[in-house]
Amino acid sequence: MKALAARRRHPAALIALLVVGLITVGGLFAVLSPMQRAQAGAPQVSAQDVEAGKKLFLANCATCHGANGQGTKTGPSLAGVGAASVDFQVGTGRMPLAAPGVQAQRTEPVYFNQTQIDQMAAYVTSLGPGPGIPDEKYASGQGGNIARGGEIFRVNCAMCHNFAGSGGALTRGKYAPPLKDIEGKHIYEAMVTGPQSMPVFNETNLDPEAKRDVIAYLHFLDKNENPGGHALGNFGPVGDGFFFWLIAIPVMLGAAVWLGKKAA
Amino acid sequence: MNDNDNRPAHGHESPSGGTAVSLEHGHVAGSGNVPDRFENPGLPPHQPRHADVDPKAAKRAERQVLALFTLSILGTLGFVIAYFAIDIEAMTFFPFFGHVSVLHVLLGVTMALSLLGIGLGAVHWAKTLMPDHESIEERHPIHAAPADREGFVDTLADGGEKAQLGRRPMIGVLGGTALGLFAVPPLLQVLGGLGPVPGSQLAETFWKGGMRLVRDPEMTPIRADEVTLGSVFHVLPEGIDGETVHGRPDSETRNDEDLGVLERKAKAVVLLMRLDPSQFQSQKARDWGYQGIVAYNKICTHAGCPVGLYEQQTHHLLCPCHQSTFDVTQDCKVIFGPAKRPLPQLKITVDDEGYLVSTQGFMEPVGPSYWERS
Repeated sequence: MKALAARRRHPAALIALLVVGLITVGGLFAVLSPMQRAQAGAPQVSAQDVEAGKKLFLANCATCHGANGQGTKTGPSLAGVGAASVDFQVGTGRMPLAAPGVQAQRTEPVYFNQTQIDQMAAYVTSLGPGPGIPDEKYASGQGGNIARGGEIFRVNCAMCHNFAGSGGALTRGKYAPPLKDIEGKHIYEAMVTGPQSMPVFNETNLDPEAKRDVIAYLHFLDKNENPGGHALGNFGPVGDGFFFWLIAIPVMLGAAVWLGKKAA
Repeated sequence: MNDNDNRPAHGHESPSGGTAVSLEHGHVAGSGNVPDRFENPGLPPHQPRHADVDPKAAKRAERQVLALFTLSILGTLGFVIAYFAIDIEAMTFFPFFGHVSVLHVLLGVTMALSLLGIGLGAVHWAKTLMPDHESIEERHPIHAAPADREGFVDTLADGGEKAQLGRRPMIGVLGGTALGLFAVPPLLQVLGGLGPVPGSQLAETFWKGGMRLVRDPEMTPIRADEVTLGSVFHVLPEGIDGETVHGRPDSETRNDEDLGVLERKAKAVVLLMRLDPSQFQSQKARDWGYQGIVAYNKICTHAGCPVGLYEQQTHHLLCPCHQSTFDVTQDCKVIFGPAKRPLPQLKITVDDEGYLVSTQGFMEPVGPSYWERS
């Protein structure tokens, strides 16, 4: 240590310090950069995948999105939407759109298998870079902090999707879908890409750990544990009100009638 | 019906021999012989219950009552046993109900049996076995006898005369005033109990100039380049979770320094969005934002709900309580619903390190109208 201190005024010390600093910063960036992390989990794509994806795209998507994905009057451009967007929209059955409407709906069964979806994603990524398929480490929600996820969910998501993920109405027939039993990957992709009316919650807003915690919270809700009894759809006071008006009050009226009747 | 035999005879028969008049008869002139007074039809005949006439039915009713009371006893005992025996963490699956706590279900069911057993048993006992003689309590006129009424008036007039109110009217006037004013002290306490006058609390928020915008609930500052198009950030002022200051004059605590964190949050919450600057129709919205990043207060100007439902394609903000809709491209003008005023905008810029900061607090009161602001 003494030897090092003695040479701190050596002309080379500044250069050495600079080199050490740059390597540290560069290394930290490589480790912590969200883009790097998002891409890390993406499957390796080959030229054949892109070619097969293009065929699928021309057969199923080009009517609305244009032959080169440039977009038409009926569908937006797909340049830069990324693999995550394709995986979410096609993987949840929202695309190809069954019929024009206020918003695309989740449908079962999904038309394509995962290989075909990956091929289409590879083709759309070739149109322009965008958010990739999320890393399974975060998208699975495993090991997430459920309490923190709940807090983040209530601030950022609950106003549309309801505090228990039961979904809710938006303006003019649009709605926020319920979040019950959704694959973690699709939740993550929806946050990153902001499908339809949903705002974007990319890595600069909620970091991957925060997203993992939110997914862990939603998967905890999926267990449907209701210590207090039936949750009445978790719609809040509206569901409770309907229960009281339509069931509890008629039962009480019936009891009052029975009380007032003479025994036979 | 042979019931009619027991009833007093009707005073008059209808002219057409008891058949009802229908519309086909056209106008039927009344014969005018409406009775002066409708006769009291009396009570329907007493009908004995099964348990009154059949000893077997009585025995059966007794057994039912005993069974209900026994059920209540078992329910209460079950409640006590469940309270001590069942683990509070235990969950079980019920169809339709999902996973429910065993302890809660058992406590609820046994308590219901306990209470319903007593109630149903008592009612069944009263309805089948207790005496069921109808008895009539006659109604009497409520006014007093004329002599008593006159006596009261005489006493009052006599008292007034002897008290010399007629000759010395000021005694009456001042006495009445004293009694009337006596109502003021109790009223004062009721009004005073409504709490201190809110002062500047309704007009001010925690926001001041130079405060960094931080993420709710992480409390991390936001750089301008982190807010991408289509993003929405839920924002609080930096330091809002700081210490509460008490005992300072109102002039020093006008930015909510004397309030708790939740009360501060209830007014200071802000929504941060980024739009293409060309989409703004108002120059003020563009100037008060930073390169298309705009910050608006989240408290609805109608009833104070948090307006958080941002649709990134239409740029509409929807209030979930009463569907007031604000258009971000038109400086959060109300385009639907009961809200009257647009959401207040927070003027923002960036500091030396690229983090978003407020340049001033809100320039108008946030949230719903109040008596000095309609």
